[in-house]
Amino acid sequence: MDRRSFLLGASVLPFLRALPAQAAGGDTVVIAIADTINSLDIQRAGTNRPAYQVSINAYDRLLSFGTKDLGNGVIVSDYQTLKGELAETWQVAEDGLSVVFKLKPDATFQDGAPVTADDVKWSYDRAVSIGGFATGQFGAGRLEKTEQFEVVDEKTIRIHFLRRSKLTLPDLATPIAIIYNAKLVKQHVSAADPWGAEFVHRNGCGSGAYKIERWDPGQQLVYVRNDSWKSGPLPKIRRVIIREVPSQATRRALIERSDIQLSFDITGRDADELAKTKKAKVVSAPIANTEIVLCPNLIFEPFRDKKVRQAVAFAIPYAQIFEQAAYKLGVPMWGAKSATPTTTAWPQPFPYDTDYDRAKSLLGQTAYKDGFEVPLSIDLSTADWSEPTALLVQEGLAKLGIKTTINRVPGANWRTLALAQKKLPLIIDAFGGWLDTPDYYFYWTYLKDKLFNASSWDSPELAGLVEKTLDMEQSNPEYAPSIKRMFEIAFDEVPRIPLWQPALDSAMVPALQGYQTWFHRVPDARPLAIA
Amino acid sequence: MAKPRAKLILIGHRLVQAVPTLIGIIIVTFLLTRALPGDPAVYFAGPTADAATIAQVRHQFGFDRSLPVQFWVYCKQLSTGDLGQSLSTGQSVAQELLARLPASLELTLTALLAAIGIAVPLGILAATRPDSWVDHLCRFVVTAGVSLPTFFTGLALIYVFYYQLGWSPAPMGRLDIQFISPPGITGFYVIDSLLAGDFETFRAAVGQLILPAATLALFTLAPIARMTRAAMLQTLAGEFVRTARAAGLSRGRVLMSYAFANALMPVVTTLGMVFSFMLGANVLVEKVFAWPGIGSFAIDALVASDYASVQGFVLTMAVLFVLLNLLVDIVYTLIDPRVGLAA
Repeated sequence: MDRRSFLLGASVLPFLRALPAQAAGGDTVVIAIADTINSLDIQRAGTNRPAYQVSINAYDRLLSFGTKDLGNGVIVSDYQTLKGELAETWQVAEDGLSVVFKLKPDATFQDGAPVTADDVKWSYDRAVSIGGFATGQFGAGRLEKTEQFEVVDEKTIRIHFLRRSKLTLPDLATPIAIIYNAKLVKQHVSAADPWGAEFVHRNGCGSGAYKIERWDPGQQLVYVRNDSWKSGPLPKIRRVIIREVPSQATRRALIERSDIQLSFDITGRDADELAKTKKAKVVSAPIANTEIVLCPNLIFEPFRDKKVRQAVAFAIPYAQIFEQAAYKLGVPMWGAKSATPTTTAWPQPFPYDTDYDRAKSLLGQTAYKDGFEVPLSIDLSTADWSEPTALLVQEGLAKLGIKTTINRVPGANWRTLALAQKKLPLIIDAFGGWLDTPDYYFYWTYLKDKLFNASSWDSPELAGLVEKTLDMEQSNPEYAPSIKRMFEIAFDEVPRIPLWQPALDSAMVPALQGYQTWFHRVPDARPLAIA
Repeated sequence: MAKPRAKLILIGHRLVQAVPTLIGIIIVTFLLTRALPGDPAVYFAGPTADAATIAQVRHQFGFDRSLPVQFWVYCKQLSTGDLGQSLSTGQSVAQELLARLPASLELTLTALLAAIGIAVPLGILAATRPDSWVDHLCRFVVTAGVSLPTFFTGLALIYVFYYQLGWSPAPMGRLDIQFISPPGITGFYVIDSLLAGDFETFRAAVGQLILPAATLALFTLAPIARMTRAAMLQTLAGEFVRTARAAGLSRGRVLMSYAFANALMPVVTTLGMVFSFMLGANVLVEKVFAWPGIGSFAIDALVASDYASVQGFVLTMAVLFVLLNLLVDIVYTLIDPRVGLAA
């Protein structure tokens, strides 16, 4: 598309600055995001989180998740229902060792070529071979080898299971499992680049609801509707402009003035104030399978003692943190009445509350009854909530004689020091699992040597329970007791002290309808509409 | 003026002298980036990273090779003009710098011109009337400009002129959403849109430029105005000025041809310093106005331990500094015939 035709298009549409949002005629939506989109290909090594939205809006998967209403008009993705996206039907074999997908007969890629089983096979082969995040996430769904993907006929593909796992099908609905136009990409492969990473990095190669019209790296991404999209109801919005606006304050001014229609992922403070002043519509929904936690690291001598960790967990001003750092957006994760879990719901509150006397008596039973000094580290990029949290934790711990100094660590240093090397004695961290089961969360965060186990904590019993439940169907009678036992250990040992389940907050003009909060935390433009 | 040839030789000489500096910078930035505690392989390994994925990503980026080998590869790439691949933005570093440097230069130059336009006359006036209201005004403007952090001034300007009054376009980068960037000739949107004869885009580009440039200009008024004032005070007290006055020359002539011409040297030095400082230091302005410049590029790269981007940025800035210093030196020789380039 050249400039002339774009301008022509823009002049045909009533798309002028003087007449913002309302006058865009329901045809264009401008979404502001904070961070840069660094690739159009989610499977490329180094692709960052904001770029995942391309695989939602410009690509399709075989499957997707359904949605549900939280009861207050807030729509979120529903892990428990799978929906066909490119797949019309799917059938798990009777022996439970494979699944057969029938593709939608009229589905086409954006260049008009039909979507075939060969494309699916090539795309899945790519995911398990290209390495990095794609191979890792496929591995989590027990998809590891190219031999698992078998083309039956042009529109039918069978996936053989290495072992039966409840995670396999949902994993195919995550943003990573996109279907590429194999014929198109194969024209751009080389010996050094067998999966066309360089081409897919810069070009949309999917069948998704939106085509990439323009990508100005560091500035904006412009989608235009793919009118022949078959994987769902045709989007109402014709053009979607994603603008990168790093400053929170600027994004807030833009949404208040209605020069943009959606400010995606805003701070709790902005969400709180915008909702109170009614200057914009705010939608806030808890992020599935995600917790903000305080992690005492066992490499630090005092934290090896369980009683010290419990004392810390009793010395945290939870309610104050939830109010002042989270602005009461999200779900409290403290104050459970019983140390024995009653449900398998996750995340769920831990049996700790602010109780300084109990904290002092617990600490009094250890070798550290007079307290100690420890640096409390936070990720600078999350400072809008982690900094106020840290200050309140500092205040609480001071009452036990535990002196903390707050240490702000920037981006790459954070992941290296806190997660890869696990050198930081006490950190505030957040982790979210895409596949929404507790065993999956525990697999990434409580097992020895896992990157996100920032506490370096290890328990053979818990590891055994995770191994046992990870592939097990949730309907299996052994599942619930095992999960509850897992929770019980986590409650008692508290290597991770949950503070709250965070929410994803966005502000939008009142006319914007259809906004949904998804587990992948990127904007899905497909259901949006302007009333 | 019989020496243009000699001058050219001297310029060539200065450029040759810059080579060892640049080599030193290449080595030092290479080592410094590797000394950053952050591991880019960990940072870019994605949300489900484990040790194997990290190792594999590290191998893909070439960071598993020994430092001398990495340095050798880097030098080989440099010799072909390849600055490497930016991890944080997914583009080649050369491409990023080519796209972003003009954005930063456009902003910085506009701000600098505006600052000169205000600060130099203000400084002169203040010097001619010490302790008058002009002098106090100068002092006030300068103190206010330098003591307000740029992000604050930027946000305040947005609040007043965009949010409250609605005079300024939405602070969303170099162009509003309905405009498409003009064909890239100079990379300066204001100039490119004029060259293309597209006055609407020109107006839009200027509109986007005003607030960020004003923010930066406010910040840079101080050193320029103060330096002009001080230099003018000194020259105005000089005997040659008294002589000129005694000889009955007009006030304007004394002020401009005698006093100001002689005060120019320190002012030009300050301008050179201010410019290079602004180019790197307007990160906050770029962030607030979503301006796609090199400052925010460099900061994001640093946070992500994005080696190639940091190296490319530092190298570009070093080359710019060398050229800028050369330019300042050449301007010296034009202002003051006593100054030789070799000095």
